[in-house]
Amino acid sequence: MCGIAALQLRNPLLHPQMGSMLSSMMCQIVDRGPDSAGLAVYNTPGLVSEGTSTLSLLGKEHGKALADIQSSLDALLPPDAAASARIVGDTTLVSGAVATDLLVKAVSETLPGSTIIGRGEHVAVMKSVGHPMEIAAEHGLEAMAGSQGLSHTRMATESAVTAGGSHPFSVADDLCLVHNGSFSNHATVRRDLKREGVVFDSDNDTEVGARYVASRLQQGDTLEEALVNLGKVLDGFYTLVVTTADSMAVVRDPIACKPAIIAETDDYVAMASEYRALAALPGIENARIFEPEPGKVYTWSL
Amino acid sequence: MVTLTAPDTNSHATAAQETFLVDLADSPVRALNQELHDAAGGQSWTVTNPGGKHSLAVGINADVNVTVNGHAGYYAAGMHQKGEVIINGNAGVGLAENIMSGKVHVKGDASQSAAATGHGGLVVIDGNAGARCGISMKGVDIVVGGNIGHMSAFMAQAGRLVVCGDAGEALGDSIYEARIYVKGTVASLGADCIEKPMATEHLSELAGLLAAAGRADNPADFKRYGSARNLYHFSVHNSTSY
Amino acid sequence: MTITSLPQETPAALPAQHTEELGLRESATFDRATIADIQRAAATGVYDIRGWGAKRKVPHFDDLLFLGASMSRYPLEGYREKCDTDVILGGRHASRPLHLQTPVTIAGMSFGALSANAKEALGRGASEVGTSTTTGDGGMTPEERGQSKHLVYQYLPSRYGMNPDDLRKADAIEIVLGQGAKPGGGGMLLGQKITERVAGMRTLPVGIDQRSASRHPDWTGPDDLEIKIGELREITDWKTPIYVKIGASRPYYDTALAVKAGADVVVVDGMQGGTAATQQVFIENVGIPTVAAIPQAVQALQELGVHRKVQLIVSGGIRTGADVAKAMALGADAVAIGTAALIALGDNDPRYAAEYAALGSAAGFYDDFQDGRDPAGITTQDPELSSRLDPVAGGRRLANYLRVLTMEAQTIARACGKSHLHNLEPEDLVALTIEASAMARVPLAGTNWIPGAK
Repeated sequence: MCGIAALQLRNPLLHPQMGSMLSSMMCQIVDRGPDSAGLAVYNTPGLVSEGTSTLSLLGKEHGKALADIQSSLDALLPPDAAASARIVGDTTLVSGAVATDLLVKAVSETLPGSTIIGRGEHVAVMKSVGHPMEIAAEHGLEAMAGSQGLSHTRMATESAVTAGGSHPFSVADDLCLVHNGSFSNHATVRRDLKREGVVFDSDNDTEVGARYVASRLQQGDTLEEALVNLGKVLDGFYTLVVTTADSMAVVRDPIACKPAIIAETDDYVAMASEYRALAALPGIENARIFEPEPGKVYTWSL
Repeated sequence: MVTLTAPDTNSHATAAQETFLVDLADSPVRALNQELHDAAGGQSWTVTNPGGKHSLAVGINADVNVTVNGHAGYYAAGMHQKGEVIINGNAGVGLAENIMSGKVHVKGDASQSAAATGHGGLVVIDGNAGARCGISMKGVDIVVGGNIGHMSAFMAQAGRLVVCGDAGEALGDSIYEARIYVKGTVASLGADCIEKPMATEHLSELAGLLAAAGRADNPADFKRYGSARNLYHFSVHNSTSY
Repeated sequence: MTITSLPQETPAALPAQHTEELGLRESATFDRATIADIQRAAATGVYDIRGWGAKRKVPHFDDLLFLGASMSRYPLEGYREKCDTDVILGGRHASRPLHLQTPVTIAGMSFGALSANAKEALGRGASEVGTSTTTGDGGMTPEERGQSKHLVYQYLPSRYGMNPDDLRKADAIEIVLGQGAKPGGGGMLLGQKITERVAGMRTLPVGIDQRSASRHPDWTGPDDLEIKIGELREITDWKTPIYVKIGASRPYYDTALAVKAGADVVVVDGMQGGTAATQQVFIENVGIPTVAAIPQAVQALQELGVHRKVQLIVSGGIRTGADVAKAMALGADAVAIGTAALIALGDNDPRYAAEYAALGSAAGFYDDFQDGRDPAGITTQDPELSSRLDPVAGGRRLANYLRVLTMEAQTIARACGKSHLHNLEPEDLVALTIEASAMARVPLAGTNWIPGAK
């Protein structure tokens, strides 16, 4: 049970303001989820760069100095990978000019036991336990530029209040998913996915949704098709926001109890759990404001 | 709280004729509601910068006029009893929930469960209303200028729901004695809800509701829906409808 | 259960002694009650709806015992040394918390399910001993408000009879998510009980079946509940305590979420908790026993640092002062009684034996609260039947019973060396069975073993 705020910036002139806009949205949904929070930002200079894979790791303490991590990665990766590691707030970012899977392998060997919470060429994911606005401040969200941003504040229902249980769940390159609600048959879907070889990091119901979408996308679904299929397989109550390198999607279950509101202008698409999160956005007075219809998948591409 | 110029500058003007201004950018919702609960009949308030905040102007029990300039959050004008609340913007979930009497008028859209369980009074929504509009309504009159979402008038017990646009899926599911008038299309009717003939009394009732909501729609363009009353007594033959 | 719709010529079962003499063996799987259920279902095509709580045997307070003081601990002198029983409910956010003289409260039961006289008697009895009573689905009656010193107003999914005037008159508000007899279920009050007055209060046509919703119409989940609680606080100017009542199924999570949503008091109702009218399949098969629910709820409160700050009221099968003391030792701040209170008023009284028999039941077995033909005049709207319950005399009986529960709990608390019931703790208890030990999280008597404890 949670608060969601998501933003896709259509106008590149707004990219420098991504962090401040998302931060203003997020601070209005803190009440909905005071336990913990997570952020995903896309194409943020200084965090990710074109042609380079970046992994987001949970926490900043891994029992190894950054220089040691870097030299270990250098030894494991091809010479031109130019691996780097740095700490942003409570998150460690590791990058290298190699395929993501190769980087994952090198990180797993360098930092066994670390949890990868984000992966891809375009996205950085940051999560922590505590007051959502302190988490946002610690990671410097306010000053971040970018093309898309996604934030989630969590009131844990049936899984533990841990950073690993926070959203977004990012389980495939540049894919992120956040959820408000609760799936009622996630244990069964989890078993089915496990049988197909999917590996899980947490006991969180939302991770099942994220793994399911990733699995569908891998099998060739478009984002929209994957979410339509999710509606056929996962039961329960949900408002979901899913982002990829260049798209954002919103879907609510057919009963649609959990709230969602969308504001669309020529400059941006913004989605939040409540209108108050949208109230301070520039040009909101002239935005097209609507609530997503139950059971309907909405997608926007950059 | 800032007191605006009273409409009548005459020194004999009473407090009842003043308009009070509350700017929610720097005043908490608690202060607004406390003022409204302490209010005397005839007073007026203008509320600015609502910013989607929740529980605005709830529990009003005096004959006051409140105008909110902007969008309201959940439960605006909740449990309203007297006077009129006007929202020059959109309203969030549960607008005027359990309204007893008086009037609430939203100039924009309303989110889901608008006028839920309302016992009386009039709720006017110029724009669209979301899902479950008029759920478990118990006597309230609701006039929606636009469309309404799915499961509207679910278990509606009494009162009238007027929709000048289209209605979503499962309209009037498990309805009791409430009456529904829809001008546009109905995506589907819920269990035990059927179309019923428009008699003269219904046309005049509808005309009255439209007039009260300040609308010029022609009552003859509407269809009426209500309960088939097949679920009033448990029967094994209806078991798939429960 | 209802068997009246079966053919009347059904012969009475042979006396048990006779069947044994014949060497007949009753099936444990298909016992006589099960066979009757199948026959009833086949004859009517409708599931059985009845009142009362779960009848199956589940681990309960009977499976727990107190460790009285002897040498290592000192008891208080009974009758002389003080053992306080009062409790303050709802001080977390409300400016007017309730201060009750006994931790035994009366659970929510509606006017409609119960007669006006029964509601009045509950109010009289509770007020006499300084405790609270609770409305139910259908609103507040003047009789009830007038006779109740402390009245808790239930806020239910159906919102029958819900209005802001009564909300402001209430001493506390109880937001009901569910009840132990049917977590996740709505209600069904059959037409016989929807009299003119009941129908008027609920805005329903007279005589129809009333279906009640299982989910609130304008919020779902703890994040929206927080906003709903905010609205109720705004309407009552932050004076009135707000309880959240849950049916016990996942009480650890639900208690934590109620606290996070802003509740002042959490009410947890175990599966033995009663109901006026629900499908039997629901009553017997959904939810967890009260003794299993308490430790989970208490754990959630303790982890959030609010145990004894957000009070826990426990209900579902409380019958004696020992049950009260055991619930409190496990961590409850107060308890609520429903079925036991009706029995104290006169429900299932043997003096109506002939009338129970005429209804196909017997004193001690009557559970057709939905039918409205209660010979004791409690679960009925029939004027002749309900006039049998004198609200003054009924109130006196209830007050007597509440005094006994309180004195019994005090007796045990003194024996454990406690000068206040609230000082009872789980370490004062042991369990008689492995099941109760695992559920209540107290050691099996004579051992240090708690199955499942880390």
